Amino acid sequence: MTEKRIRVLVTKPGLDGHDRGAKVVALAFRDAGMEVIYTGLHQTVEQIIQIAMQEDVDVIGLSILSGAHIPITKKLLEAVKKEKMENVLVVVGGVIPKKDIKLLQEMGVDGVFPIGTPFKESISFIKEHVKR
Amino acid sequence: MGVAQYKKNEKGKIIDVILESGIHVKPVYTPEDLEGWDCSRDLGKPGEYPFTRGIHELMYRARPYTMRQYSGFGSPKDTNERFKLLINHGQTGLNVAFDLPTQLGLDSDDPRAEGEVGRVGMAVDTLRDFEVAFEGIPLDKIGSGLTINAVASIMLAMYEVTAQKYGYSREVISATPQNDILKEMVGRGMWIFPVEPSIRLIGDTIEYSAKYLPRTNPVSICGYHIRESGANPAQEIAYAFEIAITYIEHVLERGLHIDEFAPRLSYNLDIFGNLWEQVAKFRAARRLWAKIIKDRFGAKDPRSMWLRMLAGGGGGGLTMEQPENNIVRSAYYALISALSGTQTMALCSYDEAYTIPTPKAAVISLRTMQLLLEEVGLRDTVDPLGGSYYIETLTNQMEEKILEYMNEVEKIGGMAFAVETGYIQREVAHQAYLHEKAVQEGEIHKVGVNVYTENEEEYEVELHEYDSEVAVSQIASLNEVKRQRDNTEVTRTLKDLEQAAREKKNVMPYLVDAVRTYATLGEMTSVFKSVYGEFKEPDIF
Repeated sequence: MTEKRIRVLVTKPGLDGHDRGAKVVALAFRDAGMEVIYTGLHQTVEQIIQIAMQEDVDVIGLSILSGAHIPITKKLLEAVKKEKMENVLVVVGGVIPKKDIKLLQEMGVDGVFPIGTPFKESISFIKEHVKR
Repeated sequence: MGVAQYKKNEKGKIIDVILESGIHVKPVYTPEDLEGWDCSRDLGKPGEYPFTRGIHELMYRARPYTMRQYSGFGSPKDTNERFKLLINHGQTGLNVAFDLPTQLGLDSDDPRAEGEVGRVGMAVDTLRDFEVAFEGIPLDKIGSGLTINAVASIMLAMYEVTAQKYGYSREVISATPQNDILKEMVGRGMWIFPVEPSIRLIGDTIEYSAKYLPRTNPVSICGYHIRESGANPAQEIAYAFEIAITYIEHVLERGLHIDEFAPRLSYNLDIFGNLWEQVAKFRAARRLWAKIIKDRFGAKDPRSMWLRMLAGGGGGGLTMEQPENNIVRSAYYALISALSGTQTMALCSYDEAYTIPTPKAAVISLRTMQLLLEEVGLRDTVDPLGGSYYIETLTNQMEEKILEYMNEVEKIGGMAFAVETGYIQREVAHQAYLHEKAVQEGEIHKVGVNVYTENEEEYEVELHEYDSEVAVSQIASLNEVKRQRDNTEVTRTLKDLEQAAREKKNVMPYLVDAVRTYATLGEMTSVFKSVYGEFKEPDIF
């Protein structure tokens, strides 16, 4: 039996329009054998949750470069909890200052990948930690 | 080494260099490489067609490049203070950053604006905010870049009305709204309306400026963000030219002559990359643009053929690692910009990979540009690299590459279609992926990232902290304006605006009227949304 491919939702929450990183990571995940769903820009938390459920994803990857990563992630984690999506891995990438990495992890984010994280690091993290 | 692919033999000797645009570099260049090259036809004199050497005869001898740092954050009052700081330090033009809600046409009290008000730029809701931001700025002497696109028409209207209130007539003010929506759809992402009405809005601003705002540059066509999104230097220019051609053809359909508006079009291009490839890129672009405007559009006025530009930024080359190195990197990028004969320069600050630049970082960037003018001889002579066997060969090759990419776009049906269907976005994302892989695999060297790395500890960078109080006071001021304004007038002007939009009239005069009544940005944008609808991103995966 072949192993089910990991399904990753790569998304750009909020108003930030910098999508180079999100697209590049999406291509890297795809090359690593994952199924990638990319939402495009300007997504609300409600839209992200809805797509995540519809697509039955294993991972939600948020890409945030505007500096608003704390409030947006907080809102998303609350929605994940409310919808009982505990099996979904939540990871965050973008311009994330060191001091905020710990903060995000304490809030319940599974993995934080600031700009410059090698593909192999984020890919192997997802493969090891995917909750199924 | 540089931004390029390097092939070495087992002894470590470089045996091939392949530039990002795909050009192979030889170890040495001689007159033989320039066989068939005609000095008077291909190079010409500075200030004369085809402008390879520069658009002015004396370039920096007559006038140094304008220095225009991108700035603006928090409230309009904070922004006004930063403007004054930069002007006091010798900056000669402003470049206004707007927060994301403003760029997307949302008022500060919109639920979607939560957490973003005043974060990456200044918040604008009504004319009141412009009045505060530009208070005490000599608008007849200082030009302002307005870094906004989807709602650039609204911001231009606000700028005109503000200037008028401070006693500057619309003939003397010089605004440069970015106003290039197609590139927002390729990279940067601050789009609202679909492709077709978005192009029409740009046409409105060009037509209106041609008639009433003679010193305003209604569109700044941006290869910059396309390059920063991943495009190679030849693609950057090719896509920017195809975008410009799309706008030009639209305006020509309205019955204007090319010489009525082409002299006010300008470009915003990227300086990040391999020094030689970049310099050749700018020179090739200048020559090719002159040919296109003259031969294809029949321009007679040489000013129409000028590729006027802001060559700046370079953010894509800066790193989070060893951030002080970015000061040095930016200085080299500034050198590229000056050697390319730019009209305007702006540099990313060394801390921009982390944060909105602190005042200190912003001043260092300004000093970098000043230092180039004052201390190393860049005003001595025009186009000092002109005539170099290598640079002239590379300029020819870059022109060919740019034309190849342009032909691809035209073959599939032009830029509007190429963006609507995601063709360009796919090409650019693919290039970005290849570049990132090359850096991660050490093929492209980055100091502090994959060579000369240091113990990966936290680098000391002073962060610009976001002040959430800005949103509170911004919303309070918005409510105050709404209380004081004449709502009957607001409703009337918005209705007129809607009708004008539906009838495909030029909306600019209607925006000016609405702005004057303190109609909000969100209200005017909603009118447009109801008429035009919204852009949907094409699926590119």
